[in-house]
Amino acid sequence: MALIDRLGETLDKGQGSGIILSTVDSLLDWARGKSLWAMPMGTACCAMELIAASFNKFDFDRHGTFPRPDPRHTDVMIVAGTITKKMAPAVKQLYEQMADPKWVIAMGNCAVSGGIFYYDTYSVVRGVDEFLPVDVYIAGCPPRPESLQDAVFRLRERIATESIAPDRRREAVLTLPGSADISFGVRPGDHGADEQGGAR
Amino acid sequence: MNIAALREHLCATYPDLCPLFSIEFGDGVLSVDPDRLLEAAGNLKDLGFDRLSVVTAVDRPTHFELVYRLYARPMSAAVFIKCNVDRENPRVHSLAGLWPAALWQERETFDMFGIIFEGHPDLRRILLPDDWEGYPLRKDYQDETLIRRPDYI
Amino acid sequence: MTAEIGSDACFTNRIDPGVDELVVNVGPSHPSTHGVCRVIVHLDGEVVTKAEPVIGYLHRGIEKMAENRTYLQVVPLTDRLDYVGSMYANWAYCRAVERLAGIQVPERAEYLRVIVCEMQRIASHMMSLGSAAADTGAATMFIYAFDQRERVIEAFEELCGARLTYNYVRPGGVSFEIPEGWTERVLQFCRDHREGLEQMDRLFFGNVIAKDRMKHIGVLSPEDAVAWGASGPVARGSGVNWDMRKHDPYSVYPRFDFDVPTGSNGDCYDRARVRLFECYESCRIIEQAISQMHPGPIRTPGLPRLLAPRPGDAYDHIESARGALGVYLVSDGSVRPYRMKVRSPAFCNLALLPLLAEGHMLSDLVVILGSLDPVFGEVDR
Repeated sequence: MALIDRLGETLDKGQGSGIILSTVDSLLDWARGKSLWAMPMGTACCAMELIAASFNKFDFDRHGTFPRPDPRHTDVMIVAGTITKKMAPAVKQLYEQMADPKWVIAMGNCAVSGGIFYYDTYSVVRGVDEFLPVDVYIAGCPPRPESLQDAVFRLRERIATESIAPDRRREAVLTLPGSADISFGVRPGDHGADEQGGAR
Repeated sequence: MNIAALREHLCATYPDLCPLFSIEFGDGVLSVDPDRLLEAAGNLKDLGFDRLSVVTAVDRPTHFELVYRLYARPMSAAVFIKCNVDRENPRVHSLAGLWPAALWQERETFDMFGIIFEGHPDLRRILLPDDWEGYPLRKDYQDETLIRRPDYI
Repeated sequence: MTAEIGSDACFTNRIDPGVDELVVNVGPSHPSTHGVCRVIVHLDGEVVTKAEPVIGYLHRGIEKMAENRTYLQVVPLTDRLDYVGSMYANWAYCRAVERLAGIQVPERAEYLRVIVCEMQRIASHMMSLGSAAADTGAATMFIYAFDQRERVIEAFEELCGARLTYNYVRPGGVSFEIPEGWTERVLQFCRDHREGLEQMDRLFFGNVIAKDRMKHIGVLSPEDAVAWGASGPVARGSGVNWDMRKHDPYSVYPRFDFDVPTGSNGDCYDRARVRLFECYESCRIIEQAISQMHPGPIRTPGLPRLLAPRPGDAYDHIESARGALGVYLVSDGSVRPYRMKVRSPAFCNLALLPLLAEGHMLSDLVVILGSLDPVFGEVDR
């Protein structure tokens, strides 16, 4: 990571090297966004929908998102379910074990804000963003598997704006030939979303 | 077995438990003092109550009310044991020796109410972290992170 | 393990018994603990000498929350208890409220409750069987089982709009009338489901790998099952013929003809197989209930939105997919429960883990844990 950071900084500051930087960014973002292996941090009800999303009917694999319960193998942590005060240190530790670059999806109202367990309870952390940087929030109690898939597409859109140069965000334009329709171009309503929900 | 037959059966076998037995809203309730709890529970076990299905407590304003629910599979009969313990020094004898089912349920009651079960082999917190302060299901439990829900009924 | 790297002990397969003990922490986030369970395992070589479950990682304080909700507002909370089978907690809670407030439920509502709860049993057992198979390495079975589960969930979605948290059973009845054509689709599902079960039986339970991994593993004696408060398929796998639908009947269950499958060995295989056979019985009950059901009201008319039952207490229980699920309610006469206690079958069944796991290999621990079928929303509450 340090090497890539230095490379990004050098390319960013260098005269005329912006074209190299943007090409490298496009390649990296494309590669990262296409194969988001997920760390299923499922604790409660949302974990059932997380499993449902990975299995036959919704089939997450076809979008390149594959659940791996090992933090070292994964790019995105999907926090699905209520996080209690007893559980929070374990979640944080698992997040820290993930290799950079890493992202977090907060799935369900409990992971977003505590949801139904916001009031009157003594043991629930009100939202996973109290201790983790969350990239995409999905509302719902629990959200449908399609929502989770949509969240992964949103995350791809976000990843497509990331740059290896520090403090730089790029326009989400694609420069790789032939990738325009496959990178983050898949949006809900396109072929991806229709296959899973609409056809039934 | 209906509740009247159970009462008869109980009174015939253990006459000293008979005055403690009452019928509240269709449920048989045996109200005992903490020092007689183990004996009464043992008697009921001998009577055929082979399952301890519930151990819990209720925080009443003046005391804790321990509630045990026993079930007799052969008779299809259920009975509650209720036992009032002091709020300041809640101590009662554990029933884990009679039914191992009490092991975890008494730990939970300890965790939530702070009731000490004497003779329990492993009385620790079970649901909350070991360093938790206070007993949350007590009515006077204070926690600065707890937000009361606004009253909009 | 205290053996130094490079010493002879590192290269032997097994450490001498009694000489050294290895403590392994499994969880709380582990793919085969079926949720957020942590098990501290003491190992002698690969043999478990002591397994201590540490629970509470999903303790949300639902019992405390219920004390500040009205009786109707507690129903959505009960959905989140057993999230694999939400209908059960709904029903158990509503039965306790009805007993406390003396509410008579219309007959059609009772039939609808029976139908949805038996469907829920299928959905829950499919999850359990699928994950039990996945624990032994049979991923195909999980996909077959999940296929069946999804069909139940689709039917529930059609019925009440939610896939997991239904909020369907309410005090005094159920929330929605069934949509048109729903019963036909459910009957069609029952027919298809039997075929699916036969397929799963051949695929998994006839498989030599499943037999090797599950037979004689985690044997629970009937005496221990009763004494430890086990219920549901865990107790029935040991041959304890006790099902509250049959032996302490509630609702309209006495009107149905069904059997209670029991095992004989009390091992993981029997516990899983009992779940499979219960799905056949659930299909039978659903078919009978649909044929006996008559049109009528689905809610008690004139029930106030703010229930204020008599002061006192009430306990009622139902047979959930995991066993005897009971709710103990204490009322002080106000519109909110004074105390709610959920007697969770998964909690009591999970307490058996140290007893069952002792003497087995570490790889069998996950099979034993899976055969107890804990759902941690209900264990921790």
